[in-house]
Amino acid sequence: MRIRFEKRPEPSKFMQAITPIAAIALTMIIGALLFDALGYDGQRTIKEFFLTPILASYKWQDVATKAAPLIIIALGLSLGNQAKIWNIGAEGQYIVGALAGAGVAYLTPAVESHIILVLMLIAGVAGGAVWAAIPAFLRARFRVSEVLTSLMLVYVALQLMGWLINGPWKDPQGHNFPQTAAFNDWQILPRAIPGTYIPPGLVFAIVLTGIFWVVIKRSIYGFDVRVSGAAPHAARYGGFDSARTIWSTLLISGGMAGLAGILEATSQLGQINLGFPSGYGFTAIIASFLGRLNPIGIFIAGFVLAITSVGGQVAQTAVHVPSSAGGIFQALMLFLILAGDVLVRYRLRIQRAAKAGASV
Amino acid sequence: MANLEPLRLELKGITKRFPGVLANDHVSVQIGAGEIHALLGENGAGKSTLVKMIYGIMQPDAGEIIWNGEAMRIASPKAARKLGIGMVFQHFSLFDALTVLENIALGLDAKISQRDLEVEIRRVLDQYGLNLDPQRVVSTLSVGERQRIEIVRALLLNPKLLIMDEPTSVLTPQEVEQLFETLRKLAATGCSILYISHKLHEIVALCETATILRGGKVVTTCDPRTKTSRAMAELMIGGSLKEIAKGEGRSFGAAKFEVRNLSMAKRGDFGMALEKISFAVRAGEIFGIAGVAGNGQNELLEVLGGEFLAPDASAIRLNGADIGQLGPSARRMAGLCAVPEERNGHAAVGEFNLTDNVVLTARQRRGFVLRGFVDGRKSSAFASLVISTFKVKAQGPRDLAGSLSGGNLQKFIMGREILQAPDVLIVSQPTWGVDAGAASAIRQALVDLAARGSAIVVISQDLDELLELSDSLAVINLGHLSDMMKVGEISIDEIGLLMGGVHGSAQAQVLEAQHAHSL
Repeated sequence: MRIRFEKRPEPSKFMQAITPIAAIALTMIIGALLFDALGYDGQRTIKEFFLTPILASYKWQDVATKAAPLIIIALGLSLGNQAKIWNIGAEGQYIVGALAGAGVAYLTPAVESHIILVLMLIAGVAGGAVWAAIPAFLRARFRVSEVLTSLMLVYVALQLMGWLINGPWKDPQGHNFPQTAAFNDWQILPRAIPGTYIPPGLVFAIVLTGIFWVVIKRSIYGFDVRVSGAAPHAARYGGFDSARTIWSTLLISGGMAGLAGILEATSQLGQINLGFPSGYGFTAIIASFLGRLNPIGIFIAGFVLAITSVGGQVAQTAVHVPSSAGGIFQALMLFLILAGDVLVRYRLRIQRAAKAGASV
Repeated sequence: MANLEPLRLELKGITKRFPGVLANDHVSVQIGAGEIHALLGENGAGKSTLVKMIYGIMQPDAGEIIWNGEAMRIASPKAARKLGIGMVFQHFSLFDALTVLENIALGLDAKISQRDLEVEIRRVLDQYGLNLDPQRVVSTLSVGERQRIEIVRALLLNPKLLIMDEPTSVLTPQEVEQLFETLRKLAATGCSILYISHKLHEIVALCETATILRGGKVVTTCDPRTKTSRAMAELMIGGSLKEIAKGEGRSFGAAKFEVRNLSMAKRGDFGMALEKISFAVRAGEIFGIAGVAGNGQNELLEVLGGEFLAPDASAIRLNGADIGQLGPSARRMAGLCAVPEERNGHAAVGEFNLTDNVVLTARQRRGFVLRGFVDGRKSSAFASLVISTFKVKAQGPRDLAGSLSGGNLQKFIMGREILQAPDVLIVSQPTWGVDAGAASAIRQALVDLAARGSAIVVISQDLDELLELSDSLAVINLGHLSDMMKVGEISIDEIGLLMGGVHGSAQAQVLEAQHAHSL
């Protein structure tokens, strides 16, 4: 017996749209069965996991806080992913972006103007872009896989952060904790809506989703990126320079990760400390694919992933599932979506081996 | 005699259906012992499907395969080989780094020692007067020699029926003649041959019987020696064939496109270096470049189109301006359009719709992009224009390029470039895999474009096409381009010798010898 995948002539548009939803539904069902089998109340786990974050109003703001950086980073990644340039190191670019922005704050404690916030954001974008420029250079010049280099640079970024907050940027009043001095009032970005916890990042996420949608769907740069991913030879023939595509997609995704980093530092933590790296850069890779590299899809996917993350915390306290439950749900969902994608594009065919004539 | 002996192979009412297509519709064919039988038809006529069923790769939905008078179910290629059915495919499956002997040993179902196998191979080579050294490494062999390996591989099984799928598409005219000699000898020993081709003059020269397929059905079975090529072509396409109107007494303007001493290093392990290529094409002239596949045609097209830059700006000149260092977009703006050989993934993107596929190469000259944004109405209108002008069978500009048949996509691609009215158009294999009707439409469009004053370069492996289209011709071999010759003043033999690498200059021969050794 042989199992083969046969390419479908034209994948159905309806099925493509429905797979993410089906995958989420299946995640719930399989998750419930799994946690039942592990001795938890499966149904309740699912409820706390997926529904409480949506139904409890005080959890919405939590969800928005987690969704914003995911969306911003994933939007940047989607560009490269369309061009089949895989930036796995958004987490590193997120950290370096935050460090660059914090550096601006650290160097200008006496400046009492909101200009400094603008400078911090610009420095954040630049920091992330510089960190992504290293894999871009290595890929464009020496054809080194950006998958490896960008990922390895995450760990370099972690070390850089550790050295800065333990060394030159350590807060003198910090009781020897490894952290920078708290940002002053001029250096902190206010909430999107005063009096709520809705983060300023959400505004950025909404605006950027619109911008990315227009760029990908309507601009010649979006065309460049799509054709480079779909058919590199055709891109070259059409007059699109592959080195330029490598550079631009990596710099943009790095810049977006850096922006998310400095937004998180200035609006959530108010400083950089050891708890700053939170894995958004990695989760955003999932968000980018979950949203099918479509900006609006990514916006939704960012929220879905934020819900599972907040839900994980809720379920931990309510049903006492372990903290790794959130990761299990996210992995399950990504797996089911990718599997669904394969089945939409290919047909599974099981063949019984034909009895061939006896061998000579 | 045919009455006494059972037919070697008889197909009765063979039917094969694929989703949406009836590939074979009650096809019946009779092949006698020792007969050379042609299977003729356009792309998509159902030739490949039929052959795959004979060779056991597919099973028919209905109908009977009768082998030597006995109804059979041929379950697999292995079973087919066991019955005595051999097949030589259009694309070879050989390991370049291994010797002829090792390659043949790998392909055999039975286990024999290499020494016995070599004896066997030499016997087959002697018997059919084939020239091949079993100890040579495949990468040092010419395409014709590689094909001989595949033939020997099939002959070792003492086949009673040999299927040849488009065997001459990669051969020089001399190699074709040698192949025909071998096939005639083989047929004389009683082996039947099923010869698949769309080259009519070959079929007239070689075959005794021809079955013509169209749209999955047998149109007729005839003796090709009693029919004209034209009559068979019309049966094949089911309509009358248009003659290309070239206009008498054509005169050419000034040199429009000049290439001087263009050399390029070889790219990658399987690339071909270009060595001092020079030619000049005048306004209104069609210049053909002949050659066996893989002799630098793709490399030449890519450097002429700007996908790779020439080492020196003045190596390529258009209307007197140096363009060798310009990229594809700048060259298009200067008036040069190019069409590479590979349709899918190079000349067009299958996953994109036709509107996006015109954006790919027509945006520069047709002004689809304004301040970084694509004007979807302009591009869609141009795609519709291409579809209607070139009679592309598509529902509209939103169709995916990948959903078009090969011939239709080629018409679309050619139309996209021709409607941009370039000063210079460079095309590689303009009618490759395109049916006869569409091919003559494409050729006519090229002739018309030249008549409006464009210079055209046609790179093709189809010598008939080049002789029909071109005003002048040169041959590319191992990255060298021969001198330009006037069509009408050269013989096919001369071209064939050049294609096989026999150059006038001693230097080229030395280089060729080096090439053979270095590989």
